[in-house]
Amino acid sequence: MSAVSDAVDVKKLAEARPALVLPAVSLARRELVRFLRQRTRIVGALGQPLIFWILFGTGLRGSFQAPGGVSFQEYFVPGVAVMIVLFTAIFSTISIIEDRREGFLQGVLVAPVPRLAIVLGKLLGGMLLAVLQAVAFLLIGPLLSLTGLTEPMSTGLTLSNAVPVLLYLGWLGLTLTALGYLIAWPLDSTHGFHAIMSVFLLPMWLLSGAFFPAEGAGWIGWIIRANPLTYGVAGLRRLMVTDGAAVANLPSLPACLVVTGLFGLVCIAAAVALTNRRSAHNVR
Amino acid sequence: MTDTSSTPTTAIRVQHLSFAYRDQRVLDDVSLNVEPGAIFGLLGPNGSGKSTLFRLMATILPIVEGAIEVFGVDVARRPDLVRRLIGVAFQSPSLDGKLTVRENLLHQGHLYGFSGADLKSRIDHVVGTLELGDRLSQMVDELSGGYRRRVELAKCLLHRPRLLLLDEPSTGLDPAVRQDLWKTLEDLRRSAGTTIVVTTHLMDEAESCDRLALLDQGRLVATGSPADLRSSLGGRCLSLGSPDPARLARDIQDRFAIPTQLVGSTVRMESDRGPELLPELLATFDDQLTSVTLARPTLEDVFVARTGHRLDAGAAEEPSSASPRRRRSS
Repeated sequence: MSAVSDAVDVKKLAEARPALVLPAVSLARRELVRFLRQRTRIVGALGQPLIFWILFGTGLRGSFQAPGGVSFQEYFVPGVAVMIVLFTAIFSTISIIEDRREGFLQGVLVAPVPRLAIVLGKLLGGMLLAVLQAVAFLLIGPLLSLTGLTEPMSTGLTLSNAVPVLLYLGWLGLTLTALGYLIAWPLDSTHGFHAIMSVFLLPMWLLSGAFFPAEGAGWIGWIIRANPLTYGVAGLRRLMVTDGAAVANLPSLPACLVVTGLFGLVCIAAAVALTNRRSAHNVR
Repeated sequence: MTDTSSTPTTAIRVQHLSFAYRDQRVLDDVSLNVEPGAIFGLLGPNGSGKSTLFRLMATILPIVEGAIEVFGVDVARRPDLVRRLIGVAFQSPSLDGKLTVRENLLHQGHLYGFSGADLKSRIDHVVGTLELGDRLSQMVDELSGGYRRRVELAKCLLHRPRLLLLDEPSTGLDPAVRQDLWKTLEDLRRSAGTTIVVTTHLMDEAESCDRLALLDQGRLVATGSPADLRSSLGGRCLSLGSPDPARLARDIQDRFAIPTQLVGSTVRMESDRGPELLPELLATFDDQLTSVTLARPTLEDVFVARTGHRLDAGAAEEPSSASPRRRRSS
């Protein structure tokens, strides 16, 4: 072997563009396959919100005065959809911690993929799972009245608003998966994630107008108005609403789109920046 | 060190490399070269820094002090390019246990930008080389440790790397599987000219390498071929067991003027005159001796001679295993 043949043509090497879409799609597909092979995750992500919706919807029926005179069951629908997106995002990003512990992540990190592809793979996977489950809820929810568990109602999802609602849920999915990614990436154990979920993510959802509106909530109303997720939930309400009176006090649709859009971009950018850092934390 | 266009006659050039986890220094001014097409061993006990050096070469730890070049490409500046040249097999296989062997390989191929017929033929090839054909549809979680290691190797050969990095490749493998693995590595080096770097703390594995770097407590203590390292000690090694080794060492020094070394409860010395010396020692110190060993020097002897302690004994819990916190919690 001569010295010349051993030399690597750095220029030629640098010219070949690294693949971005193929690795990202492959990583996302892995998320879906793993999800389908772990049945308990479906129960966790879809089952709990559904049970919340049935129990709170029925239990609070008499005592809750929703804006625009809708029933609590109906008021709660977009909130539960966002909860499903949030839970799915959380469960998808917990797998980062497992991937790191089991060693899979190091294999991905030494591959010549742009770090953006690693983030995108995780986010796309989490987003797809989130949208699929949220849509499953929106379709199954109203059918529960047939069993007598809930009163007859409409979720507000129609053929005419299906596309914007899907796109919107998709963006929320990306945003919340990115948020979960930011939390999971620096953590060593899933216990830590559960703690953060209880004291940060769940309250963030509770105080987003998903469960009760900002008006009449006292000082909590201000927290709700400052919470970026409030605009995520409000935007979904505005897209799905049939009666304008029910959303009269919510932020306008443009405000919701701008805040939700920016929130998502910030989370995704931070996730990429975090992944780009080489650190001792990445090895096991 | 920033000139990436220099003509590299080395596969890896490590220059004045140091590394610390928080304030614990685990690599101290290490410099070494690895020739292209060589099987190069990083030999040292736990805590010697060999795994840290491995991770720095593998682009997963940040290079803070010193430099590494892989085929002339600076690892600190262009990790993206280096990643295309290297294949990395980790000590804990980086496989997804919930996927089949085939799915793991497909996924790995996608990460490197391969797809379709090209990827299929690459998979066929590595599966043939590593004799994994009948395991393709099995979940990785169901495989034995030996098979997992083979899948891990298949995974990192998929893109035909010029440099293969293996961290403790034999850990947890029984001797027969270990032999197969080494045969595969030899074949690979011969047929594709792949440069191979392994970390190990096992003597027999180190013997199979063309060249070795002996590491101890973050420092490079010796480099050379196993034969050169052994012959640097002279023809014979004498180990004398004694209830009072310090006194014995002193007496031998007084009487024969041969340098000795105290290792645990034995006195060691290297001398070409070993065979002639033995009867004299026995006659003179019979009452002080509990055991006598005369042997050709092994790599273990080389390590002991250079560091004063044994390879497998003593060294503190490996500080280079990244996060001791995680280790405890998992």
